[in-house]
Amino acid sequence: MNTALMETRLGGLELPNPLLTASGCGGTGRELAQFFDLNRLGAFVTTSVTARPRAGRPTPRMAETPSGLLTAMGLPGPGIEGFVERDLPWLAEQGVRTIVSVAGNSVEEFGELARRLRGVPGIAAIEVNVACPNVEDRGRMFAWHPGAAAAVVRAVRTHARPGVPVLAKLAPDVTDIVTIALACVDAGADGLTLINTIEGLAIDTGTLRPALTGVSGGLSGPALRPVALRCVYQVHAALPGTPIVGVGGVASGLDALEFLLAGASAVAVGTTLFHDPTAVPRILRELEEALTARRIARVADVVGLAHKPAGHVPPQVRPEPPVPVPDPGEAKEKPS
Amino acid sequence: MSDTPVQTSATVLTVRQVQDYHALTLVAPAIAERFRPGQFVALAVGGEHTARLVRRCFGVYEVKPDYGGTVELVFADREPGTAWLAGRRSRDRLDLVGPLGRPFRLPRDPVSCLLVGGGPGGAALFALADTLHRRGCQVHFVLGGPSGGQVFGSRMARRIGDSATVTTEDGSLGEKATVRDVLPRVIQETGADVVYGCGPTDLLRSVTQVAGEYGLPSQVSVESFLRETGACGIGVCMTCMLPMHGEDGVTRMVRACADGPVLRGDRVRWGDLGTIPFDALGAPRVLAVAEGGDA
Repeated sequence: MNTALMETRLGGLELPNPLLTASGCGGTGRELAQFFDLNRLGAFVTTSVTARPRAGRPTPRMAETPSGLLTAMGLPGPGIEGFVERDLPWLAEQGVRTIVSVAGNSVEEFGELARRLRGVPGIAAIEVNVACPNVEDRGRMFAWHPGAAAAVVRAVRTHARPGVPVLAKLAPDVTDIVTIALACVDAGADGLTLINTIEGLAIDTGTLRPALTGVSGGLSGPALRPVALRCVYQVHAALPGTPIVGVGGVASGLDALEFLLAGASAVAVGTTLFHDPTAVPRILRELEEALTARRIARVADVVGLAHKPAGHVPPQVRPEPPVPVPDPGEAKEKPS
Repeated sequence: MSDTPVQTSATVLTVRQVQDYHALTLVAPAIAERFRPGQFVALAVGGEHTARLVRRCFGVYEVKPDYGGTVELVFADREPGTAWLAGRRSRDRLDLVGPLGRPFRLPRDPVSCLLVGGGPGGAALFALADTLHRRGCQVHFVLGGPSGGQVFGSRMARRIGDSATVTTEDGSLGEKATVRDVLPRVIQETGADVVYGCGPTDLLRSVTQVAGEYGLPSQVSVESFLRETGACGIGVCMTCMLPMHGEDGVTRMVRACADGPVLRGDRVRWGDLGTIPFDALGAPRVLAVAEGGDA
């Protein structure tokens, strides 16, 4: 049987496969490159770049929760200058398609970041992290208000190099994510990344205090997946023409397939990278197998398929039960 | 031999109780052959379909070439993840990533080395002792813990060390003292040229301070800090940050996993652990203004 064609598109950006790293989860790229060739990624999404270097929050920054992780990092990073001097050239040298995530505290700061990236080669797309505190609006997240989110997207679109796709990454904890998505697309977003973490809290029953220095944090990991899928599904239903990167607890090929079916054109792996540094090549292989088993020839054919009325799905997509294969590692690594 | 870490499915050889700790031996030849003293491994816990996403980081007690290359770790089962590990049986398989982090730097000349360990952290010093011996160095141990059961490797230290001093807070083993109490004496008696440390951060802070008073360099492994704060072990999660002076005098937040776990003791700002010092690179600007720093 022929294997499925994995090429996908995010607006004008062509990707060899739909698997991305999620912002903030792949380090500078160098760390993951120790485990697999980054060129096997559809694209590498950077940790959000800020205007100035940021140390982030003090430890503890992380708490383990059921099927999830609660983190409040405070956007640590080298700042745009450090990023453009050290991290981006390294990624470009490896030939990695790089989506640069940007984060700012004001609309102007977002614009400034986009302007700074304008002349820099090696950028496949810009992802706008709208889940930043808006210092001009009492620290409330841009992503909570359609107007604020749109203003940020417009600023980035205006200053970014024409032709470089701009993706808006939205937060899920809003009354209606579709309204925010519409506002961002109206403001010039070429695509959407859904979703950022959802705000949560963990309390340390030993210290009797919140487990994180930042008190509340962002919940990520498989615990988040149903929320992310719901967001992708709702937004794809409202904006079928807008490419979506699905993010939220993708840990297997079937998880990735779920996102594609809900309407995502690409899928980013986040927290799973902390648990499994080689997750992306594995998930890619699993997705390829899942498509092949369902006799689906191309990734593009499944994008949004779950929106089709029942009965529209051809019956042959039911996969045959997998044939058990003996574990080859078993014999090889057994002590003798 | 390659420097890059690997991810492997390792077979459990044995799990045994050693004093208050558990010793886990895994067959992982690719990791055993790459390992250098001071490096650590990151283990996934809870099995394939687990709800626990955070890897547990452990220093390596010993690697052996027999059985195709084994790696042995020592840990306390203080939380559900490590309790799960303690419950493994031989032939179970575990997802293991390693060896990770920077190893102990070794002296070029055959000098006198003082190895200071606290709790299960003492385990990471034995591979180092081995290497130092092979280089003709003298190896002196100071091992401490709250009680006798929590001092790892005191008998082994007596056997292989040129000297071994054991302290417990309750006096159940060795001297009734803290490691800090005996350090100045041991440094003088052994004529130590360099001090290595591994254990709780309070102990490492004392080690660094006393070593500094005697003008000795200190190399400490913040493995225990990493175990409490780290999520990935490979340098991408950014949760195990601690403040450290650079060569240029600038304080930066560094990762205990990828920039450590072995650090120059005198460079770590021990008093500021768990904070972002106001003068650190990228510290919040509001604080910098309040402290009269550059705004």
